[in-house]
Amino acid sequence: MKNTLKQLMHSSKFVLGAGIFVLILLTMLIYPLINPGNPLEMIGVGTFAKPGTYFSLYDAMDTKTETLKIADAEENRLTSIISMEDRVSMIEFLDKIGVDVSGVTMDDVDTILALWKANFDESAKPKGITNAKWRNYKTLNNRLSRIGKEERIVYDLDPETGEESKLKMIDGTDYVNIKEVVNTKTLPLGTDNFGRDVLKELVSACGTSILIGLVAGVVATFIGLLFGLLAGYLGGIADDIIMFVTNVFTVIPSFVLLILISYSIGQEQRGATVVAIVIGLTSWTWTARSVRSQVISLRNRDHVNLSKLSGHSLVRIVLTDILPYIASYVVMAFILQVSSGILSEAQLSLLGLGPKTTTTPTLGLMMNWAMLYAAHTNGYWWAYFPVILTITLISFSLNLMNTGMDQVFNPTLRD
Amino acid sequence: MQGYKKYFTKKLVWFLITFIVAVTLNFILPRLMPADPVSAITGKLAAGNADAKAVQKIYDRYAEEFGTNKPMWQQYLLFIKNMFKGDFGTSFSQYPRSVSDIISSAIWWTICLQLPAILVGWILGNVLGALAAYLRKGWDKVLLPITIFLSNVPAFGMAVTMLVLFAIKLKIAPVAGGYAFDQIPNFSWPFIKSVITHYQLPFWSIVIISIGGQAIGMRSMSIYELNADYVKYARFLGVKDRKIVGYVFRNAMLPQITGLALSIGTMIGGALVAEIIFSYPGLGSTMYAAVTAADYPLISATTLIITIMVLVVTLLLDIIYGFIDPRVKAAQFDS
Repeated sequence: MKNTLKQLMHSSKFVLGAGIFVLILLTMLIYPLINPGNPLEMIGVGTFAKPGTYFSLYDAMDTKTETLKIADAEENRLTSIISMEDRVSMIEFLDKIGVDVSGVTMDDVDTILALWKANFDESAKPKGITNAKWRNYKTLNNRLSRIGKEERIVYDLDPETGEESKLKMIDGTDYVNIKEVVNTKTLPLGTDNFGRDVLKELVSACGTSILIGLVAGVVATFIGLLFGLLAGYLGGIADDIIMFVTNVFTVIPSFVLLILISYSIGQEQRGATVVAIVIGLTSWTWTARSVRSQVISLRNRDHVNLSKLSGHSLVRIVLTDILPYIASYVVMAFILQVSSGILSEAQLSLLGLGPKTTTTPTLGLMMNWAMLYAAHTNGYWWAYFPVILTITLISFSLNLMNTGMDQVFNPTLRD
Repeated sequence: MQGYKKYFTKKLVWFLITFIVAVTLNFILPRLMPADPVSAITGKLAAGNADAKAVQKIYDRYAEEFGTNKPMWQQYLLFIKNMFKGDFGTSFSQYPRSVSDIISSAIWWTICLQLPAILVGWILGNVLGALAAYLRKGWDKVLLPITIFLSNVPAFGMAVTMLVLFAIKLKIAPVAGGYAFDQIPNFSWPFIKSVITHYQLPFWSIVIISIGGQAIGMRSMSIYELNADYVKYARFLGVKDRKIVGYVFRNAMLPQITGLALSIGTMIGGALVAEIIFSYPGLGSTMYAAVTAADYPLISATTLIITIMVLVVTLLLDIIYGFIDPRVKAAQFDS
């Protein structure tokens, strides 16, 4: 055992795979300690808030300000207020009333604004412009006229008298240290369609999905191992019957069985554990086949025959003389089962047949929600891309471990 | 040809047995569950309807349609009879279309998308895997981990990524569907052109997914074969490298065909889910729509058709395998 581990540690693939997997596990364990609370808590009222740090505008007004003279602050403000569409319509207007705009580029906001201010006259509607367009231009001009004012005034409204009283003047050069704002919230991956913190949800989902994979893997490996051992060791009619069943279930797509069973169980009974067990029940055939072929090659070895002659029981022979020899194969098969179990859950959930849940998210459910709310077509990458990446990383690390083990236990594949 | 008779008969019998088991499972699994599907459907349809007589009428109507008021064995015979007639009942969600009508329009989209894609992915993957095994150096350190990583991207993940990258960011491919919205399926050039442009993203996403797994498998197989005694012997005899590689490729390919036959079900399952992402009008999207609308007859028929598709492909692969594998040939002519 110690020797095997030492050998495994020499395989760079195994080490890399195990490293990634342990990192994922550690994140899953440690992150909830840093950021505790219900992963499905809806903190945002709107949907799909962008990733970043949010600070309370309400509190920021009461925070001590510093005056900073920053050269391109004005410029930045302009470019952010006047959108590309605005610039296009401004140039369009200037061109129409005969101003020469041939040398003006779209990035040159200053020039466009200066030309606009020099040429736009609200009282005189030029000829050849429809009333609707003219109204749009006037609204635009209204908005533009606010630009360049040194300060803004915040009013307080008395709810009883309806009287407005000046509360605060905000200058263009007033800055607030974000650390001094009382209420801030960092959302590294933004919020999802229900206004939930995606990172927190992802960490929790990752844990549930790995658990689903583990349960599915244990169920599948147990059934596969049992069938494989029986078929391989007993041979004869038992082998025929078991292999018949195994072959039939290898050919019938497990995906279809999964859909049929999941749908038949019904939405109410379909918890995460049930889904995991169902996945395990439909994916044991690979393990059974490979265990059987291994056992057949072991069955007539001398040490097994010796055990038989010594009158050891079937259970004892299997446990002490056969299992240790195929343990590495079983572990490898188990790792692959875990990885395919996680994927199966994700695919089921995308079809709308995932675990019914109001308390725990899974990776598949997160993907399903993101797709239902069209996160991908609207550019809300933070709602789905981290999920895909997590599934890929888990499956990648497990498969890498498997390949590494394959090379250690199967010398012909070694470098 | 005569010699193959035994092999093919065996495969065909095996196919028929699996087919019967699959159909039976499709029939029995939903009925094994404690909940009565008919009462579930009635409950949904009659929600808010307080008239007990009307609810009873709806129940009886569907009990009649599914035949659930008859004993189990009669239901089974009815199920088989209807299946061979191609009669899967009426869809709930797309009433009054018949289920077989919906499926017959969806199945060709799926077949035309998935079979070429999986085949192309398989061929490309095998060529790359064999090359990798032959070249060895450099590949193992860098390319192999990348290939393993790519092959572990779930099919729907690759679909979403490609969709966002090519259709939404770069705008060089359409976002959804099997053809443009303003087209009506016919054999005109604009329609065919529209189908081809809509075909690209789903096709390549399936190809890329299947390349990785195949390449890794082929690499292992080829390395195993390259170390075999017959290769060493051939080298001692001075046989040209090119010829040896040919032998190795052929021998390593045999398990790959078996592997394809065994994994085709899983691959089709993944690709069906990818169809949903592209709203491709195939069986995957049909299944999704059926699940969302709790359209029981449609779900049952779709799963059955997918199973039959997978079984037929597996049978075809077995037949091809018989022609390629010299051991099968030898066994047939010996007897």
